[in-house]
Amino acid sequence: MGRWPKPPEGSWTEHYPGLGTGTISFDDCVSPAFYELEREAIFKRAWLNVGRVEQVPRTGSYFTKNIEIANASIIVVRDTDGIVRAFHNVCRHRGNRLMWNDFPREETEGFCRLFVCKYHGWRYGLDGTLAFIQQESEFFDVDKDANGLVPVHCDIWNGFIFVNLDDEPRQNLREFLGPMITALDDYPFGALTEHYDFEAHNNSNWKLFADAFQEYYHVPSLHPQQIPPAVRSPNMSVECAHFEIDGPHRVVSTAGTRRWDLPPEAMYPIERATRSGLIGPWQSPDLGPLPAGVNPGRVEPIGISNFQIFPNVEILIYGGWFLVYRYWPTSPGTHRFETTLAFHPARNVRERIEHEVAAVVFKEFALQDAGMLGGTQAALETGVVDAFPLSDQELLVRHFHAEVAAWVEQYSREAAGAPA
Amino acid sequence: MLPAPFAALEEFAPTWCLATEAERWRQRHAGTMAELSAFYDAFFPRLEEAIAYCDGFPLDDLPDDVTNLLRLIYSLVMVSMAVEIFGQPKTIDASDAVLDRVRAPTP
Repeated sequence: MGRWPKPPEGSWTEHYPGLGTGTISFDDCVSPAFYELEREAIFKRAWLNVGRVEQVPRTGSYFTKNIEIANASIIVVRDTDGIVRAFHNVCRHRGNRLMWNDFPREETEGFCRLFVCKYHGWRYGLDGTLAFIQQESEFFDVDKDANGLVPVHCDIWNGFIFVNLDDEPRQNLREFLGPMITALDDYPFGALTEHYDFEAHNNSNWKLFADAFQEYYHVPSLHPQQIPPAVRSPNMSVECAHFEIDGPHRVVSTAGTRRWDLPPEAMYPIERATRSGLIGPWQSPDLGPLPAGVNPGRVEPIGISNFQIFPNVEILIYGGWFLVYRYWPTSPGTHRFETTLAFHPARNVRERIEHEVAAVVFKEFALQDAGMLGGTQAALETGVVDAFPLSDQELLVRHFHAEVAAWVEQYSREAAGAPA
Repeated sequence: MLPAPFAALEEFAPTWCLATEAERWRQRHAGTMAELSAFYDAFFPRLEEAIAYCDGFPLDDLPDDVTNLLRLIYSLVMVSMAVEIFGQPKTIDASDAVLDRVRAPTP
């Protein structure tokens, strides 16, 4: 231990004194009442990342996004002026779900010139205006100008499309993201367009899943197979090089010898043969100078920087490629997990194989997290224990739950009529 | 199904030349370790040769037999997880978790 310096206070946790060092409760992951509060306090107030601009490449490109906890389906579209807009996916006539393909409750994507309702054929422009009412003369004083699609606040940061379901967002997107996240302004996310997308329905609260990806303390225990048996040793410790908190957002950076610089027995044969694996392709094209914000702790050699954007998005930057995780709550004990592995467009077969290997290995270990966390949920629901200790390596877990509680408290105070 | 230099692997082609990750995942979990190991042992020694062979063609214009060889490589990657890492077809401790690959580049 002690390979990486801790802050002067003696620990990362004590560097953020508001968080304390005591035990925490995970009742926020099992309580139906708390889930109802999260719906209003967080998912109807925070900026939520729903996708990337590459999903709406040209005028008329659209996709829909389910935000189950907010009972929302959102249409995201690029309009005739090239602007990315968002609307509630609800026809103004009889409330039908406007855009869907085979199943109205499932997400869809496509291209259109007008949004046409399947029910009675009402049509809307890409800017949401009500363009056509079938048999308009049969209606009674419908003001078309006042019956466009209901807009949703929408903004873009470095290609990530965010929406905000609040009537008036309390902060604009850049204010919300703050300096630590906007320090990634110049990271070339938009150059890494070869995407492998995954989806899962997991039997755990959305925060429990996020927790597993904001600490590395669990890795030797839950994922021992990440280290080949020849070099695996019991009681392996994990120490991250840098932790940082900025507003509601968090980052952790790992460090150490890169996998491909390790002795051959520290890799699986498939990794050696394909020059890819657990941490992705060994080599990526030169992306040019990367912004300093990728490595806020100035860690050398940097491994992964793992940014947690409140409330439910994580971006892991591996230097030449990145991962995005999104956790969409679907009930107190379940969530929908989305992930994207994003690489540069493969220039040849060898590079495509490198990406395939990374995507295959990623899935194996993500399944271990998903499989185990169903057990965490079940055990927490017993209610037997309500005070859990967290280590310094789990600072971000501590901060996440504190931040969720703070948003819920703020909402509850306002709902009770007290001054904000 | 495969390019001539890889004729010795033809016996595995009908089972393992699969277009999608979902099919490869199912095939791995439908197999016994003996079956997975037979495929792995036959193909792994020639993996680097097969990658180099495929790499001789443009990614966006692979002949059909080369596409099949690439799919066989993808299946080997899938099977290597069972053979090299877990010693069983199923991911250890994955329980009932499912993670669907819903979008990916082709080939």
